[in-house]
Amino acid sequence: MTSEISNPVKRLDFDEKINGSIRYTADMELPNGLFAKTLRSEHAYAQIINITTPSLPDGYFIITSKDIPHNNTIPVVENDWPIFAEEEVHYIGEPILLIVGPDIQMIENLMDQTIIEYAPFKPTLTLKEAMQNPPHLELSYTKGDFDHTTLKVLDKFEETFETGLQEQAYLETQSMMAIYEAPVIKVYGSMQCPYYIKDALQNALAFSPENIEVYQNPTGGGFGGKEDFPSVLGVHTALAAIKSGHPVKMIYDRSEDLSYTTKRHPCKIKLTTYFDENHHLVAREADIILDSGAYTGLTNVVLQRLSFSIMGVYNITPLHVSARAYKTHKPPNGAFRGFGGPQAFFAIESHMNHIASRLGVNPLDLRNAYLVKQGDMTSTEGKFRHPVKLPELVWRMETMSDYRNHFAESEEYAGVGISLFLHGCGFTGSGEKELLKSKVSLAKFEDGTVEIKASSTEIGQGSLTTLSKIVAQALEIPIDKVIHKLPSTANCPDSGPTVASRTTMIVGKILYDLCGEVKKRWNEPRFEVSAMYKYPSDLFWNNTELKGDAYPEYAWGANVVRVTFNPVTYEVDVKDIWAVYDIGTPIDSKMVKGQIDGGIVQGLGYASMEEMNHIAGKVLQNRLSTYIIPCSADFPEIKSATLFNPFEEGPFGARGLGELTLVGIAPAYAAAVEQATGVKVNALPITPERLRRLIHEQRK
Amino acid sequence: MNSENEFSILFNLNGDEIHYLGDPTRRLLNVLREDYHLTGVKEGCGEGECGACAILVDGHLYNSCLMMPYQINHKSVLTIEGFRDSKRFEIISRAFEAAGAVQCGFCTPGMVMATEALLRKNPHPLRDEIASFMSGNLCRCTGYDMIIKAVMIASEAGDGLW
Repeated sequence: MTSEISNPVKRLDFDEKINGSIRYTADMELPNGLFAKTLRSEHAYAQIINITTPSLPDGYFIITSKDIPHNNTIPVVENDWPIFAEEEVHYIGEPILLIVGPDIQMIENLMDQTIIEYAPFKPTLTLKEAMQNPPHLELSYTKGDFDHTTLKVLDKFEETFETGLQEQAYLETQSMMAIYEAPVIKVYGSMQCPYYIKDALQNALAFSPENIEVYQNPTGGGFGGKEDFPSVLGVHTALAAIKSGHPVKMIYDRSEDLSYTTKRHPCKIKLTTYFDENHHLVAREADIILDSGAYTGLTNVVLQRLSFSIMGVYNITPLHVSARAYKTHKPPNGAFRGFGGPQAFFAIESHMNHIASRLGVNPLDLRNAYLVKQGDMTSTEGKFRHPVKLPELVWRMETMSDYRNHFAESEEYAGVGISLFLHGCGFTGSGEKELLKSKVSLAKFEDGTVEIKASSTEIGQGSLTTLSKIVAQALEIPIDKVIHKLPSTANCPDSGPTVASRTTMIVGKILYDLCGEVKKRWNEPRFEVSAMYKYPSDLFWNNTELKGDAYPEYAWGANVVRVTFNPVTYEVDVKDIWAVYDIGTPIDSKMVKGQIDGGIVQGLGYASMEEMNHIAGKVLQNRLSTYIIPCSADFPEIKSATLFNPFEEGPFGARGLGELTLVGIAPAYAAAVEQATGVKVNALPITPERLRRLIHEQRK
Repeated sequence: MNSENEFSILFNLNGDEIHYLGDPTRRLLNVLREDYHLTGVKEGCGEGECGACAILVDGHLYNSCLMMPYQINHKSVLTIEGFRDSKRFEIISRAFEAAGAVQCGFCTPGMVMATEALLRKNPHPLRDEIASFMSGNLCRCTGYDMIIKAVMIASEAGDGLW
C-alpha cells in the first residue's frame, strides 16, 4: 500500500548529472586561484624538533599553526583536534603545514625540500596497547534491576565480537575552496554540514559570524565522511586564502583521502546472556570498546548510539551496558552511515544466532519470543511510543524469502541468515532539542513560487527532491513551483546537519508544518516565514543518567541473505538478498529503493570485503585497488518491500531511512556464511582469508 | 616540435579535429579536463579502478587516467560532452531516469559512457553480461541494481539504434 507522495518523480538535479554538466569543486574554475597541499607527519607519535622550509618562489606560501588568528582546533564535540600539529604529532598523516601556489608540481617539489626533524616517542597503535591506560571516554547504564549476585548463579553464555575500519569511499574525494574578500571569508565545497564548517571557521579565525559564509557545492557522496572532516579543509583553505590574498583550492587525491580521513570506528563487543532453568533469556550484559584514533571527533556520540542500540529489537531486561573509548596514534575515526549501529547489530544478531544454536531452536523462533512491543521500554528506559510492527515485518520477510525452508533444507556449502534491527531517527539524546534547534524558512514570491531555505545538503540521497515534494504536496502546488537550491549559511537558516537519518523526518516535518502558515497567507504577494523544530512534548532525556528517550522515533528492518561457499577458494557467493523495512510512508519510492540498495551493498562490503589495517601506524590499503569496495558483479538483485505504518509525527507519515539499510545486513550475511561453512564467525570483514583461518582453527 | 618535450598529436575529439602540441606523457585525463575543459570526465581514483574518467577511444571504453596523449594519435575520442546531444544519449538518459540510476552523480558520466560502449558491442545484453561489463565503473550510492536495470531499459527502448 502506498500514498500518493510515494509515487516517484524525476530528481531535480537529474539532467545536469546525467549529461555531466554539473560542476563539482574540482571542476570549477578559480581565476587567479592557487592550489594547496598538506604536508603531513611521517611519525605516529613524535615531538617536532625543527622545521626547515625551502626559500619560496614568488607566489608561493607556507601556512602553519602560526597563521591561525584564534584557536588551533577543529571543534567537533571536544576541542582536542588541532588544525595543524604544533609541538607534537599524534598520527602518521597529521597535517603540519600547507604549501600553496599556482603549480602543483612546484608545490610537490617544495614539499620534498621541507625538512621536519622529529624526536619520536613510542606510539600506542593497537586497542590492546591503548587499554593499558585509562579510556578517554566512558559510559554505562542499566535498564531494569541488574543484580550481579542473583545473576551469578544462573547459566550464562558469553562471547566477543570484533569489527574493523570501514572507509566511506564517496566517489568524489574531499574538496574545498576559499575566497577572501575582506572582511568576508567565503568557503565552498563538498560537504554535509555547512554550519559545522562555519563554526570551525569562527573558532579558528574569530571573525564575526556575518563575515563567514559557507556554500555547499555539488557533492559526490558523503555517507558520514563529509560530516566532520570537511571542517579541516574548510579552515585550511580559508587560512591559505587569507594569507595569500588569492582564491585557494584543495582537492585530496584518493590515496590521501583513504589514508587520512575519518572512518568507521573499529570495535570490540563482549556480550553475556543469562538463562533461567527453563532456558529463558533473563538478563544481558554488554561491554563495548571503541578505537577513537588520535582525537575525539564524534567518538562520544558514536559510543552512545552503539551502546543504546545494543539491546537490539529484544526486550531482555535487565540489561547492563558499559562502554569505553581509547585513543590510539592513528587518524581520528568519525561518522559513517549507521554511526555505531552496524557494530552493535553485528554483535547482537550474531549472538542471538549462537544462542539459538546452543538451545537447539530456530533462530527466528528465538527472536520472536523476545520482540519489543509498543509501550515497552527502550534501552535507556524511554518508551517505544508508536506502533511497533515487528511481527508483521517478520511475517512479511518469511513469506518473501521462505527463510524457514531455506534454513531447514540447506544443502552442503549453502546457508541462509536472518537479522532484525532498528535505527533511532534523529540526533542522539536531547540533541534535536538542545543542540540543533533546527530552523527552516519558506519564501513565497509574486509568481506563486516558493523557495525552501534550509541548510540540509544534497549528497546524492535526493533531499533536494524529497523536501521539495513534501512542500509541493503540502501546499498543493506543482513541484516545479518549488525552488530548492544547494544551501549556504549566507542564505539559509541552520536546519541542522545532514546526518542521523534526520533530514526527511525532522527537517521535512518542520517544512510540512510551516506550509500551513504559507497556505493561510497565500494571497499575500511576497513574504517569508520561519519555524523551528517542535520537540515532541512527551519525550524526555537525562544526559547525566543516560535515561529517557534517546531518539524521537525508530525505524525497523529485517534482512535475509542466502549464500553458497566454495570450499576450494574460500569464496562466498551471495545468491539472494531480501529486505523489509518499516520507514513509515516512503516519500519517493525510487529514492527509497536507492537508499535500500545502496545501503545494503555498502553494508555487504563492510561484511565481506572492505578491509583496512594499519602496520606501525601506516595504513596498508591506501588505494582503490587495495581497499576493495563492491562492484556491479558482486551481488544479486535485492528484493525489498516496505510496510504500511505511517508515523503520525513525520511529514506524510515518514520515518528516517538513510542509515537503517546499512545497519542490519552484516549479521544476516555472517549467519548465512556460518551455516554454509559450519564455522563460527565473530569478526568482520569475513574475507576468504579470514574464513580459511577460521576453518583450519575450528576444525582442529 | 617546439622543444624536446613537445610532440604533435592529431586526434578527433568529440567530432573536432584536434592538433595537440605538448607533452605526450601527460595523463590524458588532465589534458581533457585542463586543456579542453571537458570536466564531465571525472577523477575518482587516478589508477584505473573506478571508471569515473571513462571515455570511448575508437568506440572502446578506456579509463583516461591511465592513458597518455601519444596513445590517441590518429584516433577518435568521445567524452560525455560529445555524446550528450545524440539520440542514443537521450535513450540512455531516459532509461537512467526511469530506473533511478543517478544519486550523487559523480560516477554517472562514466556509467553513461560504459553503457554506450556495451550497447555498441552487444545491443541486447543479459543481466549478467551488464553486471560483468560495468564492473570497472564503481558507484557507492546505488548498489548497482538500478544502473543495471537502466542499461536493460535502454537496450529495449533503443532497439535498432545500436
